[in-house]
Amino acid sequence: MAYKIIASQCTGCSACEPECPNMAISEKNGTFIIDPAKCTECINYFDVPQCVAVCPVDNTCVIDKNYPRYIA
Amino acid sequence: MSTQIIPLSSISPLNGVVRLEDVLQKMADHQGCGTSSGSGKASCGSSAGPADLSPEIWEKVKNHPCYSEEAHHHYARMHVAVAPACNIQCNYCNRKYDCANESRPGVVSEKLTPEQAAKKVLAVASTIPQMTVLGIAGPGDPLANPAKTFKTFELISKTAPDIKLCLSTNGLMLPDHVDTIQGFNVDHVTITINMVDPDVGALIYPWIYYKNKRYTGREASEILSERQLQGLEMLTERGILCKVNSVMIPGVNDHHLVEVNRAVKSRGAFLHNIMPLISAPEHGTVYGLNGQRGPSAQELKALQDSCEGEMNMMRHCRQCRADAVGLLGEDRSAEFTTEAVMAMEVAYDLESRQAYQAVVEQERQAKAAAKEAELATMAGDHSDIKILVAVATKGSGRINEHFGHATEFQIYEASTEGAKFVGHRRVDLYCQGGFGEEEALESSVIRAINDCTAVFVAKIGGCPKASLEAAGIEPVDRYAFEYIDQSVIAYFRDYLEKIREGVVVMGRRGDAEIRQGAYIAA
Repeated sequence: MAYKIIASQCTGCSACEPECPNMAISEKNGTFIIDPAKCTECINYFDVPQCVAVCPVDNTCVIDKNYPRYIA
Repeated sequence: MSTQIIPLSSISPLNGVVRLEDVLQKMADHQGCGTSSGSGKASCGSSAGPADLSPEIWEKVKNHPCYSEEAHHHYARMHVAVAPACNIQCNYCNRKYDCANESRPGVVSEKLTPEQAAKKVLAVASTIPQMTVLGIAGPGDPLANPAKTFKTFELISKTAPDIKLCLSTNGLMLPDHVDTIQGFNVDHVTITINMVDPDVGALIYPWIYYKNKRYTGREASEILSERQLQGLEMLTERGILCKVNSVMIPGVNDHHLVEVNRAVKSRGAFLHNIMPLISAPEHGTVYGLNGQRGPSAQELKALQDSCEGEMNMMRHCRQCRADAVGLLGEDRSAEFTTEAVMAMEVAYDLESRQAYQAVVEQERQAKAAAKEAELATMAGDHSDIKILVAVATKGSGRINEHFGHATEFQIYEASTEGAKFVGHRRVDLYCQGGFGEEEALESSVIRAINDCTAVFVAKIGGCPKASLEAAGIEPVDRYAFEYIDQSVIAYFRDYLEKIREGVVVMGRRGDAEIRQGAYIAA
């Protein structure tokens, strides 16, 4: 599984973009999106996903169940 | 300590007997204002002028509206919103939405790229020649967006080298960037410090993001406080002027801010700005939703007064947005939308800016001279009586606004010491609908300046005049278009005379309300 950003809750603050160890986050129409092909859920990098840790709005960066669990 | 000879005749005894306390008070008063005290700190608050500050410091603050109360009547600032990301969460802040019906610090209408920001600065500098300061204050934290913040500084220092650069930060990343800040000749940095006790901090900050980890509770505030104070020390060691902003949250940190004041003073902060909490349910902040109230005008003033020892207190802060443009107390950001700015042809004319500013300097000197001359007429008089006066002004230090057009009133404390700026009260966002617009407006203005004895205006209509008089506030239009300080002193001299003659009995004034929300264009 990868993480995704719920666009309706994203403030577009950009805090997550530079924190992602995989450069998986980019801006699209004023809010940010995660490229599921690049997201590793921060496994092997950090204890917690960085987008989740830095996001100012709770429950905005969440697991995208459409993708299988990332295997390191 | 310099010795002042106070002529005995200058003491005005109540019953013809000169009392020792009066003489000592007189000497203390003389030392307080105008002479430099042992600590080298100005003792007349942020209204300190060239006589109170060392020449190097005066040179740094004299055109900075946020660092000099005196300058804020004449010079303008602008903020560019290039820094949207933040690395901490505060209970008084909600970054989630911005809509046309609300305005509060922390939200902006448009984010800018550093290139757009640089163009905007040139456009504003060409239109508003008294704009001398460019600040980056968010809407997030400038140092959580270091690449964007420093790119903006780099561009502006090339194209408009006469503009002062400054920034405002929560301090978490400050120690890492102090050298870069110094490298861009930034000589004014504001740090928001709401606590030095992590237990108090835990009530204000739910979390911080530091070194790839989210910290919560006491631990978060421990790290934040340590980094803030370390950053402050590093800046002051390098001779960079630091202002400390503190949000006064009644019941949470109001008493604690005296301790914060001591902590930042001992680390060399230049100015302390204690601001009232802005919290309304519609802002969607934790404090807004849980009903945490902000302080009243008199609660705020009492705390500021108690911290005003050897430290300058800022009382003219308008808690502006991260995209504000203009004099403090006005916001012209609506004239400079990104679309409008990008369409502008801008030629940066340093010479005409300097010519304009030279005229402003002449006006300032004339104003200062008039104040001194007026004060001299009261020399030697001493009384414990102090009154507050509200002033309707559009800037330049003159009483030049119509009562009905005022979006804010500036508050001056008058005493035998002279006239001292002690705050401002906004009246722009009062609800005017409902039971008759004029009545609503008048009663809301009265609530905002209820602790004042008089209100100075350029002009006032008959109806509001009668309502003010009924509320015990004297409307005064005889000083229309005159200088504020000079007029406040002249009024006070007459007032004191009337009190002494028994013509007027001094009534007790009540408290006043602080209007919520950041300033927006009216």
